[in-house]
Amino acid sequence: MADASLFSVFMDGVFLKNFLIVQFLGLCSFVGVTKDVKSASGMSGAVIFVISMSALVSYFLYTYVLVPLRLDYLTTIAFIIVIAALVQLVEFIVRKFMPPLYRSLGIYLPLISTNCAVLGAVLLNVMNEYTFIQSLTFGVAAGLGYTVAMLIMASIREWSNVVYVPKAVGRGVTYAFFIALIMSMSFANYFKVIPL
Amino acid sequence: MIVASEVMPVLINTVSVLVGLCIAVGAMLVIASKVFKVETNPMVDEVASLLPGANCGGCGFAGCAACAEAIVLKGAPINSCPVGGFDVAKLIGAVMGQEVSETEKSFPFVRCQGGNVNCTTLYDYEGVEGCKAALMLCDSRKGCTYGCLGLGTCVRACQFGALSMGENGFPVVNKALCTSCGNCIAACPNGVLTFAMDSEKVHVLCRSHDKGKDVKAVCEVGCIGCKKCEKECPQGAIKVTEFLAEIDQEKCTGCGACAGVCPQKAIELR
Repeated sequence: MADASLFSVFMDGVFLKNFLIVQFLGLCSFVGVTKDVKSASGMSGAVIFVISMSALVSYFLYTYVLVPLRLDYLTTIAFIIVIAALVQLVEFIVRKFMPPLYRSLGIYLPLISTNCAVLGAVLLNVMNEYTFIQSLTFGVAAGLGYTVAMLIMASIREWSNVVYVPKAVGRGVTYAFFIALIMSMSFANYFKVIPL
Repeated sequence: MIVASEVMPVLINTVSVLVGLCIAVGAMLVIASKVFKVETNPMVDEVASLLPGANCGGCGFAGCAACAEAIVLKGAPINSCPVGGFDVAKLIGAVMGQEVSETEKSFPFVRCQGGNVNCTTLYDYEGVEGCKAALMLCDSRKGCTYGCLGLGTCVRACQFGALSMGENGFPVVNKALCTSCGNCIAACPNGVLTFAMDSEKVHVLCRSHDKGKDVKAVCEVGCIGCKKCEKECPQGAIKVTEFLAEIDQEKCTGCGACAGVCPQKAIELR
């Protein structure tokens, strides 16, 4: 996959392999923090930072430490350590510089550490044998894809507060998953119609 | 067959990589925690853990955490939390080293008894379910522009399930569940709900400032401003201003004379 163009890697990350609504990774924050656009965008910023940083660190860790020592069976556990540490770092930063955001994100900020989306992104980098630049691009694109999905979802849910929603669809989490379903269908099929 | 001399280097590699990684990560986090240190007052956390955590906003602050901060740092009263009431105030007082005396609880009550039965409905409203939306569409869906619209905005504003829409089309307060957070009062666009102390026995169940004739045209139980109660009250606690009786709760003794003479049954004695 080393020959894949940066553009296609980028589009893969944002749309085709969108972590939230095509691969259904990281759904806890997708449902939990999308009640308003403000906290959704804050969470997205944190995730972009964590995914890009972990793509960067994990690439060096994998290529220069794990592969030469033939320890690639440690990939998952080593990546989890890296991601957890980065999330802790983000938590420090957000707490220091954006206390209101820190309060509104609450439990969901530490949840990035167990966020399968971040781990999924760095593991896909390894599986696709991306080069350094490709890994970084894919990491940033995955973060942007997360942001796009989060913002659409948060906007829809914010607007749904003032419109009539049928009882059968429900409210809250049920309703969120219903929106996620429709969004996922449109995202997954859009690029089958327009091939990149 | 596994030979120890083959396993050992791999084992050493594995352990040293993991330990090295953990030490590096740990060192980075220690440095980061020093750089990004946030000074917090331990008392704030302690008070925050005592608060109910409903984040209802009844105290007037953004949430329980903000309330705790205000109590400890900005000198807000220790009984700021209406939901926790006396019990929570006592616990916070223990932390803050202050005594607290019990204050009487007040509950929201509905100053309208129009509803579906007594008040005329102008049109069938179909749309966003909420009083605010109905008011934006047209002045009121009821004949009376002051009264309860009965679309349940307050019921949905209540986080504690203390309000329900009664059969007659106006909300009913369940005092056992009510925490006096005031969210329903803030949510009502028509100002139909207000706080009332439990000891306040007599209430005017109408808000209409319209003339008696206009009130009678749309509502069977609205205050028509006839001043009978004003004359009857031995304490002089009732005053009719702009065709609406108002009770001075400080003078009122709860004798109920006014409720007896009111031709519209718009004064409630409980």
